[in-house]
Amino acid sequence: MSEVAEKVKTIVIDHLGVDADKVVLEASFIEDLGADSLDTVELVMAFEEAFGVEIPDDAAETILTVGDAVKFLEKATG
Amino acid sequence: MRRVVITGLGMVTPLGCGVEHNWAAIKAGKSGIRRIESFPVDDIACQIAGVIPRGDGSDGTFNPDLAMDPKDQRKVDDFIIFALEAARQAVADSGWTPTDYDDQSRSGVLVGSGIGGLNGIVEAGYTLRDKGPRRISPFFIPGRLINLTAGYISIAHGYKGPNSSVVTACSTGSHAIGDAARLIANDEADVMIAGGSESPVCRLSLAGFASMKALCFTFNDRPEQGSRPYDRDRDGFVMSEGAGIVVVEELEHARKRGATIYGEIVGYGMSGDAYHITAPSEDGDGAFRCMKAALRNAKISPDEIGYINAHGTSTMADGIEVGAVERLFGEAAKSLAMSSTKSMTGHLLGAAGAIEAIYTTLAVRDGILPPTINLDNPNVETPIDLVPHKAKEKKLRYALSNSFGFGGTNASLIVKAFEG
Repeated sequence: MSEVAEKVKTIVIDHLGVDADKVVLEASFIEDLGADSLDTVELVMAFEEAFGVEIPDDAAETILTVGDAVKFLEKATG
Repeated sequence: MRRVVITGLGMVTPLGCGVEHNWAAIKAGKSGIRRIESFPVDDIACQIAGVIPRGDGSDGTFNPDLAMDPKDQRKVDDFIIFALEAARQAVADSGWTPTDYDDQSRSGVLVGSGIGGLNGIVEAGYTLRDKGPRRISPFFIPGRLINLTAGYISIAHGYKGPNSSVVTACSTGSHAIGDAARLIANDEADVMIAGGSESPVCRLSLAGFASMKALCFTFNDRPEQGSRPYDRDRDGFVMSEGAGIVVVEELEHARKRGATIYGEIVGYGMSGDAYHITAPSEDGDGAFRCMKAALRNAKISPDEIGYINAHGTSTMADGIEVGAVERLFGEAAKSLAMSSTKSMTGHLLGAAGAIEAIYTTLAVRDGILPPTINLDNPNVETPIDLVPHKAKEKKLRYALSNSFGFGGTNASLIVKAFEG
């Protein structure tokens, strides 16, 4: 797993209080990890803070899984 | 009119977590007031408060993880977690956990707070200033709103009936219980979770009340003696955190399911001072009319009341309340007992009326008068027994609990021993 993916995983575990083994790239925040719409907004804010990037609202709406977040953040920081 | 009884009790206060733990501390005359250690207070005149003992949940300590998932706790201010814990106890105690749609629809929640999530508002203010609006959490608003106490409790226990909150400063808990009882009496619900919660022990709140000269300033080195209603050396109230929640229920509903009945709510009175934003009128007329309304509602005369749990905050208002009681009770004041449990708990603001309604209910159940501790040199002359220092035994049929709040808002509840 890439450095970005590790960091994303840590943030997701911390914010959603889920077991580490559930946080796989295919996992959907809402369907698989028990997040609600407010949780996803907060997750995006946490990614912005941790990676020092800005995630516009239209981009945030496409981040539905752990993999989506990793892909976006690898591009944004790469 | 449908009769309303109390079938569940729950509380978390500076005296501990759990009703029987609290009651034992009250009967022993213990103080829950300590020096504040969780944040700097060197620049604040009042450095003491009633702080809940945290721990793993054993021996009367408060373990927030029992009330709320740890990942959700950082989304809300403490007053919501305290309310959830007290509600968890009260619901378990009552045994009423509706799963049927119709039962759920007839079970509601009415829980308030005086101030709500002040500390979270302060923190978010810093974030807004230092990092900008895009860093404000989506949980900022729902974690501070006062009625989210009722919201979270309803979600936790599936109570889908009336869902509301009261905000009447230091009368909140009493108004919430009285209003909930009235909803049941009026056939709008069969069961209600009701009470108040408060988490005011933070720098802004202390600074605000200190600025009003309302807080105790001279007992920073002797915190346990700081809350001393009716005493010559009292110099202000001591702020405390916590929650009190009761389950109130329609009598036949409670009977049918064989619930334990702690007592009956037979009287509820309200009044407004229409006088000053923070001070009660010197003649105590608001308190007088409030108690009178509760007696009228209960259809009893003053001489039937054996005990009053006073508002008694350890301020100049203590004597005014005593005067109002004397005026209302006349000759009957000679056989009346009245104490302030705030001498032990400090002042839980919006939760005060709820925890005191619980102490009043237990006083009636057990025939015990809670003491007014620290009452070394009374500064009021009265025929009323203020129950100094030590709890006493006295058989009680009716007891009254008073709560008065800033804005001139007053509430009195009358609890009767359950006689079938």
